[in-house]
This record gives sequence, C-alpha cells and structure tokens, in this order.
Amino acid sequence: MEYFLNEQQKTIKGLARRIAEERILPVRAELDEKEEFPWGIIKELADADMFRIFIPEEYEGLGGGCLDLCLVIEELSRACGGIAVSYAADALGCLPLLEYGSQEQKKRYLPDVANGKRLTAFALTESTAGSDASGIRTSASHQGGYYVLNGTKLFITNGGEAELYTVIAMTDPARGSRGASAFVVEKGTPGFSFGKKEKKMGIRSSATRELIFRDCRVPEESLLGREGTGFIIAMRTVDRSRPGVGAQAVGIAQGALEAAVDYARQRIQFGHPISSFQAVQHMLANMAIELEAARALVYAVARTIDAGAKDFSEEAAIAKVFATDMAMKVTTDAVQIFGGVGYMQDYPIEKMMRDAKITQIYEGTNQVLRNEIALELLKRKARRE
Amino acid sequence: MNVVVCIKQVPGTTEVKIDPQTNTLVKEGMESIVNPLDMYALEEGIRLKEQHQGKVTAISMGPPQAEEALKEAIALGVDEAFLLSDPAFEGSDTWATSYILAKAIAKQGEFDLIICGRQTMDSDTGQVAPQLAESLGLPFVSYVSQIEEIREGYMRVQRMVEEGHQVVEMPLPGVISVVKEINVPRLPSLRGLMKSKQAQIPVWTAQELGVDMNKVGLSGSPTQIIKLFHPQRAGRGELLQGSPESQVEQLLERLRETKII
Repeated sequence: MEYFLNEQQKTIKGLARRIAEERILPVRAELDEKEEFPWGIIKELADADMFRIFIPEEYEGLGGGCLDLCLVIEELSRACGGIAVSYAADALGCLPLLEYGSQEQKKRYLPDVANGKRLTAFALTESTAGSDASGIRTSASHQGGYYVLNGTKLFITNGGEAELYTVIAMTDPARGSRGASAFVVEKGTPGFSFGKKEKKMGIRSSATRELIFRDCRVPEESLLGREGTGFIIAMRTVDRSRPGVGAQAVGIAQGALEAAVDYARQRIQFGHPISSFQAVQHMLANMAIELEAARALVYAVARTIDAGAKDFSEEAAIAKVFATDMAMKVTTDAVQIFGGVGYMQDYPIEKMMRDAKITQIYEGTNQVLRNEIALELLKRKARRE
Repeated sequence: MNVVVCIKQVPGTTEVKIDPQTNTLVKEGMESIVNPLDMYALEEGIRLKEQHQGKVTAISMGPPQAEEALKEAIALGVDEAFLLSDPAFEGSDTWATSYILAKAIAKQGEFDLIICGRQTMDSDTGQVAPQLAESLGLPFVSYVSQIEEIREGYMRVQRMVEEGHQVVEMPLPGVISVVKEINVPRLPSLRGLMKSKQAQIPVWTAQELGVDMNKVGLSGSPTQIIKLFHPQRAGRGELLQGSPESQVEQLLERLRETKII
C-alpha cells in the first residue's frame, strides 16, 4: 500500500528495519528467555539517532512527529515487541516534558534524551490506580523549596533502567483528580528506590518495575506545568502515545503474518504445502486484511496528530483498540497455522502471541477505551440536541 | 589524525555478467554494495577519527554509480569522499588501479594512514593495498586485526598470520589492510543518512588527477585476461548401489582396498 511517506520517513523506516533485522532478530529469543534488558540494542538505537526523532531540533533532536515515531516502533516490533516497548516507553516518558516542560526543564533534560544517554519512563499506575487514574495515592507535599514524594508506583516500563521519571502524584488529595501534579524525578534522588522487577508473560526483555518513594525530596523546579494539572498531563500524554501502541501491534502482527506465510509454504501435509489449502489461505487473507486496515488507521491518526489537531482522544483510542485487538487475533491465528510447533519456544511465533497480549491491556485497557469512545459519541450527540 | 579509506563497489548478487570483449565484469545496472571487507576499513577509520580527531576521507574508483558506495560511507561518518571515474580507467587491473588511487591520495592532501579491506569479494586479489603502498613509497602491513597503539609518526598493530597473531610496529604515514576480526562495523545514523542524501561527491577524472594515460585502463594494465570460464565439473564420484547393508559392505571394501583403513 502507498502511504505517501516523505523522504525522511522512508529513511527512518528503512534504517529501523535494518536495525531490527541485523541486530534485533539474532538476540530476541535469548533476551526474552533471560528477561534481559536490551542495553546493546538501546545503544545501537541511540547511535542511529532513533532517540532524536521525537525531540525538537532546538534540543538536538530531529523534530519528527507522531508518524515518524510510529514507523520506528512498528519496524522494531516486527522483530521484537519487548525491545520495541523499551524504546517506545522512552518517548512516552518524555512526552510530558515535551508538552508541558518549561524551556529550562527542556534544555536541562532533552538533549540527553535525544542522544540516548538518558532513558525516560512514565509513572502513573499504582495498585489502586490503573484505568481509574483518579485512584492515585502517591503524594507530593510542598515543603519549603521542595516537594516530598511518598508512595509506590507499579508496573513502570523502563523502571530501574531509565534515568528520568515523569511521575504523577497528588499535591492536593482533597481535590481528587484536580489535585494531581506531574514531576520529573531523577534516578539517584535520595528516597527514590526500585522495588520488585516483574516476571511477565510477554515483552519479557523490557523492564517493568515498582518505583518506591519514601520522603523523596525533589526541588520545586521538578514540577511540570502547574500544580493540579497532573491529571490532564497524564491524559494528554497517553492520548498522544496510543497510536504508538497501535504501531507496536501492527508491527508484531506484521512479523507474525510474514512468519505464517513462510511456514505455510514450507509445511507439507497430505503431499502438499498447507498454503495450498483454502482453509489456510482464508486465514492468511483475513490476517492481511485486518492488518492493513489497522496500519492505515494508525497512520491516519498519527497524521491527524501531526497536523496539529487539538483534541484527538477518541481517534487515538480507536486506533489503539482496533490495532491491538487485531494483533491478538492475527498472532493467535499465526500460532494456529504453525500448529504444534507454533506452541513450542523453538519457533518465534508463540512469543509474538505473548507479546501481543499486553497491547490490549496497557495505556488504557481496550474496555476502558471503548467506554471513552462511547462517551465521546454520546457527548457529541447531546451537544447537538 | 587524517585517515584515507579506499573502498570499492562490488556486485551485491551472484548474478553477474562478464563482458565477452574485455573479460571484465559488467557493472552497469547491477545491484551493488560496498565490498564487505571495506566496511571494516571504514569502521576503523571512523573510530580512529573519533578517538584522535582529524578527518576520514573515502576514495573509490569506479563507474558513476559507485557514487552510491561513497554516499554510504558518508552516512557512516566519513567527512569527505571522492570518486575517481573516467571511461579511460575502464579495464584497469590492480596495478593500474593502485596507480590511480595513489594519484588521488596525493591530490586529496595530508594523511597519516591509509586503510583498505583485505581483499574485494568480486576479484578477490588482495593486491591493491600492497601495490598502493608501493606506488606511494610507504610501509605496508596486511591482515591487521587490531590497532594496539597509535601516536605521531608511529603505530603498533596486530596482524593475523596462519598460526596466530604477529605484533608489528610501523612508521606513519603508512598503509594497512584489515580483516573482519578488527571490529564490528556500525550501521548508519539518521543524521548521517540525511547528510549523505544531500552530499555532492566530487568526481576526479584522468585529466584532473594528471595520470599518465599509458598506465591506466585496459591498455595500461600489465595483466591481460585471456579467457574467463567455468571449470568443468568432473563427476568423479561413484554412487554405491544396493541395500544400505550391502552399501556399507562395499564401502568398507573400497576403504580397505585403498588402505585407508
């Protein structure tokens, strides 16, 4: 399909694919098995300027947009969803800085993010706050020139590995979601430590960890935006990052479809390759149809954001839900086409199915996003009446 | 420290055509890559620049399309690149090529070190690097697998020999050829690729290089290829017949006959 990518986007996509094929493919199974963070690949991505893509030019970035980022995430995910999410979570972690950071904060942090010296992470989820972000318990009390953070963040991607964390905490718990604020917290700040590293079903090479704040004092300058805007910052951040999850799903599904086509052509049963059986052909065709539709949708939403749309919550949610449900279905069918060997770890296909599952869960479960989409529909209708 | 890396564009496929007139490769319209061993030479040159400042220059002789190879070198981090291209160069053997490269290296300015890949994958001779050193009157070390130490006018390297490594000290400027054990070549960066897309590669012709026309091209080459052919496959193998058991018997018989067992 012709997606009318510009020269820079073609270059980005081409280089991301080369990195995926030459550097990620040979190590993905081992990193998954050992649950090892892909520092070697992160270094390669940094050397290739991949962390510069989403950073503005004045902070040593390339000033690319949402689509440019999606192209990289898709290509990396085609080889490994776990490595791709470690990259994507860095973009997520610095989105609040990009959107709401002061010039001083940007100047201080973004050049190091651009050159890949410092990874970032975004910390919203807690044991009491997942889909319901208003359930945040982590507190930040203003004392003198400092904020003192207390609480525990859960399931934080890049936790422990990242140097910079954008953390949502309650500055005024009495005000509910209007009492939340966003902070940049540097690794190594006294009172900030890491808890349990999770053992996961999929995306196992990525790091998912608890962040523990015990009387962690951060200077006032760490506050992003104004006090009380933390909830809005968090919501705007995930709106902007959801097409990236869609791109991850598209990439994982692309890898699975290609593997399934290759396998169907070489697997002989009843004297013929199974690709000659219509039952298998229709499965492959359905996979291709849904995959391409998801890609077109993700790219279209990414372009909507790049065109400067003000409100794109609904579009971003639609792209995320459709693409990730598609990836779960396509990877499940790919395992089915592989049959018995598809269930075995010697083949890469079961990992793709495990990796796909998380995309339906994180950055808003597909259920809560359907609620949001429906709410937007109903609100629009109500406004017209 | 200024480094010059000599690279060659070679076929990226085994589907090659031979010109029946000249018995040389037809390079026009062929899918091409940078000679794989030259990638190690480029990487080493770029690393030396990163460690010791200075600049890296890539030079290639070839048809106009060899510009692509030099653009790839720029994407990897080379500062400058020159293409030596002239219909008069066509059919040059390794001796004539070395002469042309030597002229270009003298023209491009000051340098401390020239790095070449051990050999090319298309003609496989490994002769250009030593002949280049000879043309320039410089010391040469082949099969370098590690640069141990480098400072003003001096370098200590490890070279691969059949039974291990040899440590060699050499004065600079000099020429080395490298093996793939020396490093892991990097991939290009986005900024490098964008720079390379815009890069204008200067083309130096025979006239600009001031070469002696009697020493270049097919007629200026001491090597003349008389004939190029696929060797006949002599099917001397013998297939044993019969059941697996009797084949084993027959095989043992033959081995005993020939006193192998």
